[in-house]
Amino acid sequence: MHFVVCLKQVPDTSEVRIDPNTNTLMREGVPSIINPYDAHALEEAIRLRDKMGGKVTIVSMGPPQAKEALRKAMSFGADRAILLTDRGFAGSDSLATAYILTVAIQKIHAEEPIDIVFTGKEAIDGDTAQTGPGIAQRLGFPQLTYGIRVREIDNTSVTVERKTEGGREVAKALLPALITVEKEMNELRYATLPDMMKAAVYEPEMWDAKSLPYDTAEMGLKGSPTSVSRIFPPPGRSGGERIDATTDPKGAVANLVEKVFQENIIMVHPAVKGGRA
Amino acid sequence: MENFDVIVVGGGPAGLSAALSAAKAGMKTVVIERGDYPGTKNVMGGVLYTKATEAVVPDFWQSAPLERPVIEQRYGFLSGDETILAGYRDPVWAQAPYNAHTVLRVKFDRWLAQQAEKAGVMIITETVVEDLLYKGDNVVGVRTGRAEGDLGAKVVILAEGVNAFIAKKAGLAPQMRPDTVAVAVKEIIQLPQEKLEDRFCLEPGQGATIELFGDSTQGMMGTAFIYTNKDSLSIGVGALLEPLIRTKWTPNDLLEALKAKPYVKRLIQGGETKEYLAHLIPEGGYNAMPKLHRQGVLVVGDTAMLVNGLNREGSNLAMTSGKMAGEVAAQCIQSGDLSDQGMSLYEQRMRDSFVVKDLYKFRRLGRFFETHPHFLKVYPEIAANAMHLYFTADETSKKERQKQIMKMVFEKRAKGGLVSDVFGAWRAILK
Amino acid sequence: MSVVVDKTKCIGCGACVVECPVEALDLVDGTATVDPAKCKETGSCVTVCPANALSLEAKAAAPAAKKADAGAAKEFNAKEPLPKAVQDYAKTNAAKSAPVAGGDVWSGVWIIVEYNHGRIAPVSWELLGEGRKLADVIGCELCAVITGYQVDHVIREAFAYGAEKVYVIDDPVLENFRTEPYAEAITGLVRKYQPEIILMGATAIGRDVFPAVATRLRTGLTADCTVLGIDPETKLLQQTRPAFGGNIMATILCRSRRPQMSTVRPRVMAMPARVEGRSGEIVREQQSMTEDEIRTKVLEFIPGDAKSIFLDKAEIIVAVGLGIASQKNLPLVEELADSLGATLACTRGVVEAGWMSHDHQVGQTGVTVRPKVYIAIGISGAIQHLVGMETSDYIIAVNNDPEAGIFRVANYGILGDLFQVVPLLTAEFKKRLQHGVAN
Repeated sequence: MHFVVCLKQVPDTSEVRIDPNTNTLMREGVPSIINPYDAHALEEAIRLRDKMGGKVTIVSMGPPQAKEALRKAMSFGADRAILLTDRGFAGSDSLATAYILTVAIQKIHAEEPIDIVFTGKEAIDGDTAQTGPGIAQRLGFPQLTYGIRVREIDNTSVTVERKTEGGREVAKALLPALITVEKEMNELRYATLPDMMKAAVYEPEMWDAKSLPYDTAEMGLKGSPTSVSRIFPPPGRSGGERIDATTDPKGAVANLVEKVFQENIIMVHPAVKGGRA
Repeated sequence: MENFDVIVVGGGPAGLSAALSAAKAGMKTVVIERGDYPGTKNVMGGVLYTKATEAVVPDFWQSAPLERPVIEQRYGFLSGDETILAGYRDPVWAQAPYNAHTVLRVKFDRWLAQQAEKAGVMIITETVVEDLLYKGDNVVGVRTGRAEGDLGAKVVILAEGVNAFIAKKAGLAPQMRPDTVAVAVKEIIQLPQEKLEDRFCLEPGQGATIELFGDSTQGMMGTAFIYTNKDSLSIGVGALLEPLIRTKWTPNDLLEALKAKPYVKRLIQGGETKEYLAHLIPEGGYNAMPKLHRQGVLVVGDTAMLVNGLNREGSNLAMTSGKMAGEVAAQCIQSGDLSDQGMSLYEQRMRDSFVVKDLYKFRRLGRFFETHPHFLKVYPEIAANAMHLYFTADETSKKERQKQIMKMVFEKRAKGGLVSDVFGAWRAILK
Repeated sequence: MSVVVDKTKCIGCGACVVECPVEALDLVDGTATVDPAKCKETGSCVTVCPANALSLEAKAAAPAAKKADAGAAKEFNAKEPLPKAVQDYAKTNAAKSAPVAGGDVWSGVWIIVEYNHGRIAPVSWELLGEGRKLADVIGCELCAVITGYQVDHVIREAFAYGAEKVYVIDDPVLENFRTEPYAEAITGLVRKYQPEIILMGATAIGRDVFPAVATRLRTGLTADCTVLGIDPETKLLQQTRPAFGGNIMATILCRSRRPQMSTVRPRVMAMPARVEGRSGEIVREQQSMTEDEIRTKVLEFIPGDAKSIFLDKAEIIVAVGLGIASQKNLPLVEELADSLGATLACTRGVVEAGWMSHDHQVGQTGVTVRPKVYIAIGISGAIQHLVGMETSDYIIAVNNDPEAGIFRVANYGILGDLFQVVPLLTAEFKKRLQHGVAN
């Protein structure tokens, strides 16, 4: 079977801070990592390949430096990695990004038919969770988002336990399909030394806008309907009111709860029929 | 098990230089680095000397991520709120071949690793070397913490840095003692380029360094420094562990006290602290240097205690030692003599180089400051007082002033002590 | 002279590149770069730059000007009019974007009502409340869209919560949520009736189906918005959302295509009043997809309570630290969590003590959470914990140490003995919530 994994190199957002004086992102020295959800997507693809036989192809869009992330991804045991890199791709929003990845996946599909495309459930730098479904729609594959376990797989279908509103569901999709992956799906492996060495000298294939039949109006800034109009720091804490509950705990708690409801911090929803119960 | 000619343990300047020169000599070479990438956790003050770097990568300044060429070196003695300054500026240092540059190690080490890769070195990251592999008494490779993790090699070069786990196991690292290891802390403080250049009176793009003694370390054996990067300052202070423990100063408090000094405060004002780093520096010098080789193994850089504290030199010693180790490893492999005797060529070449010669020259220095603590506390104070008396404009005649100064000097340090201090200093530094 | 880019500020969004009338700007390695030969100093890029990274002034004068801008940006007001350059752009592009056949006006605010497994997501009603405000500003209809099976009672509710018109597709293939038929149903309605704006809750379902709809319509979508505003002139929806792990807020516009689409975080918009007996126009359409065309089947649904919700998506979290003293005291906080329908979490210390499992751990080595409400019980607030929760909307902390670090990030800090305070909180919440559910 042929598994394709979409992978993104992202800044480690746990180390991104906003400079309160200049109101800007402090990105200097923030390390780049493989988007954590994508790493789990890759892990799952490799496990399924090891079980079912076949091949894992990684595809990523990013600047040339993203080669590092692809090399690292190869050390988990993937078979092939492709980096889509072109100045014309820069500034793409999720709609354009999905387009760019889809065209590449179509080419991969033409070479070797794909059974499953895996993506992380979202990228930690954008948190949009749009690229995976976007690719599925463009490819015409059914999508199973927020996957937490692949229960069954055969040559024609895959059954996935996935997170949804109000619980979990078990859903079955015909192949080829696209699955987006939660961290809970698996434990990442610790690559073996031979795999590390293979990856250290691996040169990812580089595809640019000219190597594929791209419509330039659909990609980059031109192909992106959304754009950022301004950024600003998140609203600060409202001053941190201290409530002393050492002498009169009862009064203090009543006072707090009153405020919490008054300020709509917690809201009451009527438990109507058909509503949330 | 895959076999290499040379395995280098550690991807800092010493290890990468060793790997580069081994690879250039045609050796199949791998560097094993524990961090996410070379440079991840590497720390130094931030001055990179041209000579040693050029020997490893010719014309490195054309492509390396350098911050600023150093055109001025200032030295200062702090005493209380007072400051005595001396310095030297030479605009010639702003041009190739330069003298030194400030660098940020995270960027520089990564670049150096790329140069090594270009020369054919394989770099394996996020992998810990757990032990050497032996066949009888002979070292034949390393064992890593990964599955199927053994690697064979003819020569293993240990460039683990100051925490030399493998070298210790192999009996090649000295015991670190509180009086031979310093703790240094540093902050990177962001400042706009124009502001920074104004404060240090620099032409755009040029850099300066300041070394501060005396009260900068509260009189402890150590120094403080301020280096100009592109759009930030590296400010740090280091002192031997022993007096830190004795006086209960933490390195962090030292740095805060330094930042509050009037002379320093102005230089960093308005800057935003971007990074906080801490590191151990092996300051044992010549007397603490371990044996640098054994059959199949060479030791380089910090692991070999190759740091010249007085002249704030470490990275150049590391790179020079790495380069020599790489060359000697290649030579020994080609001649087939990997015995302890054969590998001793490395130590021989090191002893003939400035690295060990300098360390030898300053071998008494640490001990000297231990026995003559006034150099770091009393003399800066005396000098500051003298300057104060001399430069303060009042109605006293010049002759009267000189008298006052001499009186003050002898009050603070008896004549006999003065003479022995001068002699001791001459022996420790100049002889 | 040409425009100066401050590379430390540039976020690489490309707004300036689009804006520049003479194509003097480009993105190189993720930052804006000016070609001085082409730059005509029109200044239009300076106006649109969200990060104030561009300036026309001489370099030396730039810092002062930037500072003033940064100050202004802090007092962000979603209602304030857009910079002129943006307005112009929107006008010219609105004219260019070719509406599909069947109509030529994109009008109306639509709310997609989420109804699945017999349950209406309350965010649907919150959005009707918010949608009312938007529709009033631009003077258009507020409509609800209901796709599902046997939804007549949902239609009544939609009117009760303020919809003027309800679009309905009622079909057995829509019984359980599945992306394909839902995306098909919503897309079909949008193509036919052309709303200006469509909104849906940023739930697992909204975040699944909306990207699919936006892709089919080839329009923009902004996920997880927390603030919405609208420009009355251009009708541009100002979609504000947290980005970069909550470290920054970004306002996003969809300037060139229609409809404008957002998913909105549940529990940030106020619930509107429910007025029994309201009604309006009902528009019924057919589902075009049949069961054998759908390639996904739902085999089983395993309902979960709040406790089993994934921590990173929980809206209310009650977290406990070592202050709880012993595992046998945990029921105290569990009861508090139950009273609010909250998810239980803990600090690393509690995991290491073996009282709770690692999947409950919030912080640097655990999960990063961003709930609406984070109630910290007996948590001192080590930095490793704070980084995992400090971007929560509201933080309430109970601790007996006035110096506890958690108080520095808490909106409300209750100084007191948790063994006294927590049962009182539980009782008080239970009392308030006896006729409904929290959030």
